[in-house]
Amino acid sequence: MAWTREDMARRAALELQDGFYVNLGIGIPTLVANFIPDGISVTLQSENGMLGMGPFPYEEDIDPDLINAGKQTITELDSTSYFSSADSFGMIRGGHIALSILGAMQVAENGDLANWMIPGKMVKGMGGAMDLVAGVKKVVIIMDHNARDGSAKFLKECTLPLTGVRVVDMIISDVGVFTIDDEGATLVELAPDVTVEEVQERTEANFKVAL
Amino acid sequence: MKKPYPDAVSALDGVLFDGMTIMAGGFGLCGIPENLITALRGSGTQNITAISNNAGVDDFGLGLLLQTRQIKKMISSYVGENKEFERQYLAQELELEFNPQGTMAERIRAGGAGIPGFYTKTGVGTLIAEGKEHKDFDGDTYVLETGLVADVSLVKAWKGDREGNLIYRKTARNFNPMMATAGKFTVAEVEELVEVGELDPDQIHTPGIFVQRIIQSKDLEKRIEQRTIRTRGE
Repeated sequence: MAWTREDMARRAALELQDGFYVNLGIGIPTLVANFIPDGISVTLQSENGMLGMGPFPYEEDIDPDLINAGKQTITELDSTSYFSSADSFGMIRGGHIALSILGAMQVAENGDLANWMIPGKMVKGMGGAMDLVAGVKKVVIIMDHNARDGSAKFLKECTLPLTGVRVVDMIISDVGVFTIDDEGATLVELAPDVTVEEVQERTEANFKVAL
Repeated sequence: MKKPYPDAVSALDGVLFDGMTIMAGGFGLCGIPENLITALRGSGTQNITAISNNAGVDDFGLGLLLQTRQIKKMISSYVGENKEFERQYLAQELELEFNPQGTMAERIRAGGAGIPGFYTKTGVGTLIAEGKEHKDFDGDTYVLETGLVADVSLVKAWKGDREGNLIYRKTARNFNPMMATAGKFTVAEVEELVEVGELDPDQIHTPGIFVQRIIQSKDLEKRIEQRTIRTRGE
């Protein structure tokens, strides 16, 4: 049985370590905040200018001056600090953020990432993604293993415009977990009842298997 | 020179011209200079190059200036919430320069600080680095990005005094402090305009030297894009 979005978020949460400053991308990565293991304290950074992001507000506590990078209303904590976008990306670019968990359209076997543009079709922009993958120490991707049409997203080479070159350290998809380093990609975990053969069928990238 | 003006229209009088470059603060719809954007729309200024992280939504924020086709070019990092923007861009009616968000923030900071360029790792090997100078430092490759300045910057703060000293609130700060420094002429819109001496000098985020005119906002909407809540018991 392949992993659900919640399963992927739960697995990604195991990459968190006590004391980490972490940036979670929009979408499934945001769910990781729900699965922070007991006994571990992490500080969530929101790149629009906040460290120490709290949960969604109760209706009566909604504040239009307090949103996350996904433009969702959120709350502050006792430990919260606010700062400008320049300071925020100074933290990111300067290597002060330990871990970023992001979504992806495509990942290549060398760690190239594409997640911001489909030429001629989708024009949204990269937001902070290029800065995050260039500056954060470890980049974990959570994504569906295949596109809606069934095509592979984990490829030999990305065909979409890149967000960063050789930046992905780990992929968590519905079939399992891959690590990527200078030696290439390695399948290190399988979701329950998923076989290596099935993963190979659904993947274009070359990868080693070390379960 | 008196900095306070009675309203947004008078505060923009004499500083706008066709073909100008304007910076507008805000992240999404959070911390945008609502009154000043409305006045800019009313001015009819054409062929604007707008530097702003986002393009508003179809009927609010900078989206109001897209409706009226006053914007010729946008420099932004993310425009995903604006359908009219996407339509105008794909129909080649609008020029667009995407900047990574951190690169954009730093370009504005640099522009305001008199720094014409800087090297960053962000975007190396991607479309946005094409045609730009590259340089290696300690074995890593960086790309040259240039500082940005604007003819006029429009910023939003929480409190300001009659000398133009500004304090921002929570995540409504975002791009506003850098844009205040990068405007050749900066107009600030604040929720509460107070007398000199009422703000704690230690708490001021933007010193008044960067602000030429200031107004108190009227009828702020402060629209929320994603109203996410939790319920009791969760």
